[in-house]
Amino acid sequence: MPREEVKPWLRTRFFPHIWCPGCGHGIILHAILRSLIDLGKTREETVIASGIGCSSRMPGYINANTVHTTHGRSLGFATGIKLANPELTVVDVMGDGDCTAIGGNHFIHACRRNIDITAIVMNNNIYGMTGGQASPTTPVGARATTAPYGAIDTPFDICRLAEGAGASYVARATIAQPALCEQYIKKGIQKKGFSVVEIITHCHTQFGRKNKRPNPVDNLNFFKDNSVPKAKAKEMTEEEKKGKIIIGEFVDREAQEYTEAYLKLIERVRG
Amino acid sequence: MPKKLAFWQGNMAIAMGGIAAGCRFFGGYPITPSSEIAEVMAEELPKLNGRFIQMEDEIGGIAATIGASIAGYKAMTATSGPGFSLKQENLGLAYMAEIPIVLIDVMRGGPSTGLPTRVSQQDVMQARWGTHGDHGTIAYAPSSVQECFELTIEAFNMAERFRQPVLIMSDEVIGHMREKVVIPEPGSYPIIDRKKPKVSPEEFIPYLADPEDDVPPMASFGDGYRWHVTGLTHNDWGFPTNEPAEIGKKHLRLVRKIDRFRDDIVKYDLEQTEDAEILVVSYGCVARSAVRAVREARAKGIKVGHFRPITIWPFPDKELILAASKAKKVIVPELNCGQMVSEVRIALGAKAEIIPSNLVNGEILRPHEILATIEEVA
Repeated sequence: MPREEVKPWLRTRFFPHIWCPGCGHGIILHAILRSLIDLGKTREETVIASGIGCSSRMPGYINANTVHTTHGRSLGFATGIKLANPELTVVDVMGDGDCTAIGGNHFIHACRRNIDITAIVMNNNIYGMTGGQASPTTPVGARATTAPYGAIDTPFDICRLAEGAGASYVARATIAQPALCEQYIKKGIQKKGFSVVEIITHCHTQFGRKNKRPNPVDNLNFFKDNSVPKAKAKEMTEEEKKGKIIIGEFVDREAQEYTEAYLKLIERVRG
Repeated sequence: MPKKLAFWQGNMAIAMGGIAAGCRFFGGYPITPSSEIAEVMAEELPKLNGRFIQMEDEIGGIAATIGASIAGYKAMTATSGPGFSLKQENLGLAYMAEIPIVLIDVMRGGPSTGLPTRVSQQDVMQARWGTHGDHGTIAYAPSSVQECFELTIEAFNMAERFRQPVLIMSDEVIGHMREKVVIPEPGSYPIIDRKKPKVSPEEFIPYLADPEDDVPPMASFGDGYRWHVTGLTHNDWGFPTNEPAEIGKKHLRLVRKIDRFRDDIVKYDLEQTEDAEILVVSYGCVARSAVRAVREARAKGIKVGHFRPITIWPFPDKELILAASKAKKVIVPELNCGQMVSEVRIALGAKAEIIPSNLVNGEILRPHEILATIEEVA
């Protein structure tokens, strides 16, 4: 059950939500709301943006300033909102396909620009809403409706992608560690710069049924059994790391944030 | 008080017209022949505490523009042919979510990469039907640098009034041509700002339209109202719906809010149409040549007139019918293989012989070429 103070942040008018029973997105929604509340954010100063997909329906259920945009493009909209009004706290929620396939260009440039937006990437390794097609994070060998003989292309490591592109804060957890999710989301929101929190979740309906994890509990157990903290992973061989989910904080650095840089530019130009 | 004069390029006049209208945000991506608009905005907006951002692509450019408008800014983007194609999906979101923006398309030759540095008028139908789905369209085709300035102000006013994207369909010739511009004093022309909610945040129903104009008041993110923006078909609460009654209500209102006020929006220009037995219908850069050709033909005693749609959408059909009341022949010169001529045919039907005159070699139609066509049919 949600914490009492979370309830005013939910648009119960729009319930029932579209997610399948047992979907991990609810755990992430709750973690995001707890983070915003604990950081003292108000609904009026909070913007939640999204693109298209199951995860992207989340903003509709959040009683803040919410914008559900086009597939892959939410960071473009979020960038316009943040640059127009840097006082707003902007969180962008995305799925793996939304973020790394159709939205890949916007994602790397938001990282490069280091604009103060927190991207929460809900990675369930599949296109859930459209019926279980392979995504850029579908593991090699995993089955999808468009990879009936198993995926053959190498998946993206979203955290390494974000790190390489210049994000200020990058972390990964799974929905089997909700407290850790909350901790990373809070740090992401507090970080002045572009933050990426990848949260490994499951789509038992689309991914699970084709890959021997058809129930939500199978998936939670899989995440518990296969999550490896970053420090421990350092001591493991590549062979040992195969199939494991490395969790932890990968980047936590201070760098010039975009809207601050732009406001300084205005000051310089106006003299 | 002396008039303020400038000698500007069409693209410069569009940027300055936007600023005069209150535009303080530009999101874009470089593309020929529109890049000067972005360059002027990059230089001017910071001086006015505005915001310019060069995005990673055309799609990001319009996305940021829409985002800024949601946050309360008057916002603009500019592009050409291929970029106009790329922007279509998000343009549709702005129609559906009723977010005012101004989009400039400086037309070049197509399809595909086509002729980046050469003029065309090939995006007329894309302006109307480029994004999927029904919606009302407002699109202006300037014929002079002065009009680039004035119509960009008008475009912002209509975008704010009707809460939807408005297009300026300029072209490479108008965009790069330099002419004298008379800059009106601020305050001497009307500026329209979007309607704000009159109710408290608790009572606010974000897509509940006022019956008098079918336009819902718009709150900005950050001003205390919490609302949901979506490209999905939505109800008055802004939430996705599959209810046929709610779907129809929203969909029809999107079209009706423009149809109802069509007479307020439509702009056109007449040249010696009263007794014209031959009528030339043209717009944009071609109208400059056509008007000259009409005057030269008049000097030769030919009863010819010119009708110029300034709003190419909504198409001024009623006005054209009136202007063509005595015309037996209607010439439609265009820098495409015949796009606006279809609208002329729909408006005039069998009342006159419709004669398309098309040029698609990257050049402008010259006055003597249009004059030759007039003389041929006279």
